[in-house]
Amino acid sequence: MSVLLLAEVTDGELSIDATAKAVTAAAKLGDVTVLCCGASAAAAGEGAAKIAGVSKVLVAEDASLGHRLAEPTAALIVSLASDYSHIVAPATTDAKNVLPRVAALLDVMVISDASGVVDADTFERPIYAGNAIQTVKSRDAKKVISFRTSTFDAAGEQGAAPIETISAVANPGLSEWVEDKVAASDRPELTSAGVVVSGGRGVGSKDDFALIESLADKLGAAVGASRAAVDSGYAPNDWQVGQTGKVVAPNLYVAVGISGAIQHLAGMKDSKIIVAINKDEEAPIFQVADFGLVADLFTAVPELVEKL
Amino acid sequence: MKVLVPVKRVIDYNVKVRVKADGSGVDLANVKMSMNPFDEIAVEEAIRLKEAGKADEVIAVSIGVKQAQETLRTALAMGADRAILVIAADDVHTDIEPLAVAKILKAVIDEEQPGVVLCGKQAIDNDMNATGQMLSALLGWSQATFASKLDIDGDSAVVTREVDGGLQTIKVSMPTIVSVDLRLNEPRYASLPNIMKAKKKPLDEKTAADYAVDVTPRLEITGTSEPDSRAAGIIVGSVDELVAKLKEAGAV
Ligand SMILES: Cc1cc2nc3c(=O)[nH]c(=O)nc-3n(C[C@H](O)[C@H](O)[C@H](O)COP(=O)(O)OP(=O)(O)OC[C@H]3O[C@@H](n4cnc5c(N)ncnc54)[C@H](O)[C@@H]3O)c2cc1C
Ligand SMILES: Nc1ncnc2c1ncn2[C@@H]1O[C@H](COP(=O)(O)O)[C@@H](O)[C@H]1O
Repeated sequence: MSVLLLAEVTDGELSIDATAKAVTAAAKLGDVTVLCCGASAAAAGEGAAKIAGVSKVLVAEDASLGHRLAEPTAALIVSLASDYSHIVAPATTDAKNVLPRVAALLDVMVISDASGVVDADTFERPIYAGNAIQTVKSRDAKKVISFRTSTFDAAGEQGAAPIETISAVANPGLSEWVEDKVAASDRPELTSAGVVVSGGRGVGSKDDFALIESLADKLGAAVGASRAAVDSGYAPNDWQVGQTGKVVAPNLYVAVGISGAIQHLAGMKDSKIIVAINKDEEAPIFQVADFGLVADLFTAVPELVEKL
Repeated sequence: MKVLVPVKRVIDYNVKVRVKADGSGVDLANVKMSMNPFDEIAVEEAIRLKEAGKADEVIAVSIGVKQAQETLRTALAMGADRAILVIAADDVHTDIEPLAVAKILKAVIDEEQPGVVLCGKQAIDNDMNATGQMLSALLGWSQATFASKLDIDGDSAVVTREVDGGLQTIKVSMPTIVSVDLRLNEPRYASLPNIMKAKKKPLDEKTAADYAVDVTPRLEITGTSEPDSRAAGIIVGSVDELVAKLKEAGAV
């Protein structure tokens, strides 16, 4: 069995954490070749070559691959597909944009967000916002899979695997990049952070979200949010945790002013320790919390920041 | 320009899902079913395109069991002009996979020739997040997934997408497939008079066989289980106690 793994590369930079977690899952299936592509991808390729379990790295650099557009990236992967039994990636928004396109071009189903590998054909994945775990056995000759990073540990390091440069294929030319709006932050990245502090509608305003951020900074944490907080404009979209946002499983997750709807729980209930601060003792978030504090967040959070 | 909107009948997002004791799946008999929430957003956007004079006709399509008629009537009540139901299963527990759905949609699109397809980013039952991407691959069209802003202008569209790093804006050639995210718009409720009117709007019934699409699943479901449940926690009485517990647990 041989696996082609699409590395998470953004603006030439490798996301080691997401990629190394997918390598752990992919290594259960066979020999892992990592594909790094982008307008620049050589440095990312060097990083990927040092992830333990990677046997080879392919680097494709071309302007058409520069902004993670689905059509040229999928075309490149399809051109390489004949050498591999499995085509996989970490379940990021980029991979979820590209892999179903690859699968359809190969006339196979995609297995999205796999959380477990049973054998080379059989995978577990959460459905219904994580309220059920389904085991599926693929009848397709080739498997196309995205792996949920929150359930796999990152692979370690190794001496560098060989790197091969390959060329891009013709750009289908269906779309072009216009701009990225990315907020720079010194905080840890949400999906790889050891501690996450999230705020919900209870926080009440964008200004008061500073309270959540001050607690996060005290704990060296990433900041998350519920959908209601994002919809209300208190927090940017890339902070949303949940069924349709990011899935996190840190050592410590602190939910502040979040009721605990199933769609939110879907993104955080595998965290090791969950703390909930909510003034409503009936809030469902307390059913998954290891430590619950029934309190007004406007007094409890400043006190917590002071006493930690 | 026609706009095609695929809408899926799914368990209502407020319903607590129950896994069947024999592990064969999730219990869907006698539970409240609704339109997939993302698809409501897609229908809303399609109607707004029509209201803005950018589209002439909104066609809703659903693939699945006969009961998906209700979902289509909801789309018609919101403002879609007509609907197509493609019956591909008799048991409400049978989920048609995104690849088969995409193949059927492709056949419908070959007939209808819409200028844009607006679908949901993800069905909240199977959580696949795949159909739009697969459909655009089969058609050889551009794709713009996870859209939070859509601006169609002649033969191209500018779409802002919600991605892990923040927001990405791309320009896609038309025709295109757009999969919509939560913040694109707030869907309207259907008014009572519109619900009545919807009953008279055309709803065509077809079968998967009419389009010669084989819907046999590629993924055999070998089991469905409950996720691991969390051990019950405790309620602490004060911030001091919380800090003490966190220190004891080695969490801070
Ligand atoms: C298709 C779909 C997808 C979705 N995807 C997601 C998702 O990915 N992520 C997600 O989070 N949600 C998602 N949702 C939304 C979800 O159903 C809930 O609406 C949302 O999680 C609620 O956010 P919240 O808990 O912040 O707000 P609310 O439910 O309004 O809860 C606010 C909480 O704050 C508490 N509170 C208020 N004031 C204070 C105070 N001063 N001190 C302490 N506590 C206070 C209240 O007691 C309450 O419990 C989705 C919904 C749909 C339909
Ligand atoms: N059976 C179906 N009938 C109509 N539309 C569907 C169906 N399945 C999926 N879709 C569309 O594809 C989107 C994404 O679904 P999925 O890929 O299953 O997560 C949905 O939001 C719908 O717009």
